[in-house]
Amino acid sequence: MGEVELKQENIVYAKSKLMLDNVMHYCPGCSHGTVHKLIAEVIEEMGLQSKTIGISPVGCAVFAYNYIDIDWAEAAHGRACAVATAIKRLHPDKMVFTYQGDGDLSAIGTCETIHAAARGENIVAIYINNAIYGMTGGQMAPTTLLGMKTATTPYGRDPRLNGYPYKIADMLAHLDGVCYITRQSVHTPANVRKCKRAIRKAFENSLAGKGFSMVEVVSTCNSGWKMSPVQANEWLEQNMLPFYPLGDVKDI
Amino acid sequence: MAEKEVKLMKGNEVIAHAAIRYGCDGYFGYPITPQSEVMETLMELKPWETTGMVVLQAESEIASVNMLYGGAATGKRVMTSSSSPGVSLMSEGMSYLAGAELPCLIVNCQRGGPGLGTIQPSQGDYFQACKGGAHGDFHLIVLAPNSVQEMHDFVADAFDLAFKYRNPAMILADGAIGQMMEKVTLSPQRPRRTEAEIEEECKSWAIFGKTPDRPRNVVTSLELRSEEMEKINLRLQAKYKAMEENEVRYEAIECDDADYVIVAFGSSARICSATVELARNEGLKVGLLRPITLYPFPTKVIAELATRVKGFLSAELNAGQMVQDVKLAVNGAVPVEHYGRQGGSLFTPDEVLQALKDKIINRG
Amino acid sequence: MKETLIIAGFGGQGVLSMGKILAYAGVMQDYEVTWMPSYGPEMRGGTANVTVILSDKRISSPIAHEYDTAIILNQQSMDKFEPLVKPGGTLIYDVNGITRHPVRKDIHVYTINATEECARMGNARLFNTMILGGYLKVCPVVSMDNVMAGLKKSLPERAWKMLPANEEAIKHGGEIIHKV
Repeated sequence: MGEVELKQENIVYAKSKLMLDNVMHYCPGCSHGTVHKLIAEVIEEMGLQSKTIGISPVGCAVFAYNYIDIDWAEAAHGRACAVATAIKRLHPDKMVFTYQGDGDLSAIGTCETIHAAARGENIVAIYINNAIYGMTGGQMAPTTLLGMKTATTPYGRDPRLNGYPYKIADMLAHLDGVCYITRQSVHTPANVRKCKRAIRKAFENSLAGKGFSMVEVVSTCNSGWKMSPVQANEWLEQNMLPFYPLGDVKDI
Repeated sequence: MAEKEVKLMKGNEVIAHAAIRYGCDGYFGYPITPQSEVMETLMELKPWETTGMVVLQAESEIASVNMLYGGAATGKRVMTSSSSPGVSLMSEGMSYLAGAELPCLIVNCQRGGPGLGTIQPSQGDYFQACKGGAHGDFHLIVLAPNSVQEMHDFVADAFDLAFKYRNPAMILADGAIGQMMEKVTLSPQRPRRTEAEIEEECKSWAIFGKTPDRPRNVVTSLELRSEEMEKINLRLQAKYKAMEENEVRYEAIECDDADYVIVAFGSSARICSATVELARNEGLKVGLLRPITLYPFPTKVIAELATRVKGFLSAELNAGQMVQDVKLAVNGAVPVEHYGRQGGSLFTPDEVLQALKDKIINRG
Repeated sequence: MKETLIIAGFGGQGVLSMGKILAYAGVMQDYEVTWMPSYGPEMRGGTANVTVILSDKRISSPIAHEYDTAIILNQQSMDKFEPLVKPGGTLIYDVNGITRHPVRKDIHVYTINATEECARMGNARLFNTMILGGYLKVCPVVSMDNVMAGLKKSLPERAWKMLPANEEAIKHGGEIIHKV
């Protein structure tokens, strides 16, 4: 089959110009790629490329800077909100966001996350919660569900041995410096669209100087969960969403 | 031209004044004795209303050093200050700063350790400051002030060196220098660099929002391909080599005709300069070699001295750290001994002289 | 000229600020100055001391092993610093709370009963300036004008209304100091 010439009026979907052509290192079925795409689209649609600075975490998304065509800093494990704080304070006109996983934002970086939120830093945290440590090979995360098997909870997470999972979104919502906390997912097209609207709202909050916003994305890690991508989406709906219900936790 | 101002100030207070006057863009810190006056003075002076400098009390030293990472990544002149236990918390961040080649200033007003230790002056962090102090092969540029005036002057020098080499710099002071008051001549106010100037100076690496005229900048210390990571390491080592060639600073007091040389830095060097006076009064030809840059260390100068003196005493407020570098420089040519006090205790000029006699001059 | 002075007593007696007034006065008089305090929790109740050096030349060590003058305001400081006064040097002490008086014969010893005098005047806050006045009477290292300028420098503006009372205290200190 030869080249098909696309007419402008026939284009119904195009990759964001801010998505770079580098081959993604994420596993097929992983939610990261979808969320990256949404962020790139929001930045492009809001015309913020020259204003936006992203902070990538330690974890699977450490290489986020390879995929979205903006300036990035890669932070030490958990410290993205501290890094973002300084950048935003020194450049109040910039749009500064962090992109962090559950280990990064809600285990090792809990302190930096909470204090940036409590100070009301005008930054956005995109929080990928897939209930597992993906990059290091599927160990227990603070968000791992009870009973869930991981490399460090081979018999399932036992609260007596491993403690309970926690919802940092609900904790952060109590803080005065926080304007917007929402929990989204990208496991269905409808949820993808909702998630994009949430990211855009968070970015708008930041530009309006309203305070700290966090978009939690309840995500799949089909490799870590040892499932096919389709099974992982089903498992997310059946197991993750009852404990991490979708919707706005705080919106002022 | 603005007139110079002579003031009586604590070393810690002076750090704050110097930061503002030398056009620092941001300070991020966490209180710890004996250096809390740095941030207290900044908050009192409210530089955000004058120069536009940002001052933020962070939730920890870990946050502080990562705020430096963020601020430095945008080409701004940023700094923090702390004391020994707090600096330990920053060590991960220092490795990242060095790995990502970010210029910034960290002031360590040392206290006695290990652990929580004491709040009294010490030089127990020499190893930490000069031998990396965190994972990976890297060096900080380390300046050791011995007066309140040098606390002031080294803020400018440290920033200049940090930006010249794109490397974190440290002022390694201690509780004595930080808490002591002396006369100091304050620099006239220099303007902070404008955004345009920063962009001009740092656009090849710093992040201020990607514009169409340049590729995106990424500040990172990560490179998973070992052959590429080795190249980065080799480049860093070449940079350190250049520092060793070009940036060594020291002060030699009465070394020209000396038979014996005391090597001491910072507050110890102040005390030992009085030891030299005591010794000369007794007719002993004693000199003092004061390394001002602890990294890069004045190895060549000491090696040269070793060809004509009879022995060295490394006088430090620790159990013997810099003495290792002195020994490496002397390379067995003449005796090298250490004399020190630990745990926050200071030595006096006469105690150092006695140690010089006991350990070097009258050794069997 | 070089004067190496230690002022030692309890935290709260104004030991560090007395040193500070003198240091500021030294600056006014164009001397080189170092003010080296003991610091930390001991400032709030334990022993506190400060070494002040005034000199017309560059000061080498801010830490001394012997002193031209010691101002001693409690027993612990007496025990620690009496032996460290240079032969021919000066020791000034407030007798209040001193159980073992100085014994050295090779130094000049003065007493000043500032604790009692302040109590009599009903203003304990003048204690340190009164002691300072006594010291300046026997060791006039800085001029009275410079001391007053130093005092003003070392006080926050809101406390300047206390300046006349302190000036009186300094003068009075010079009257109540006695050679032993």
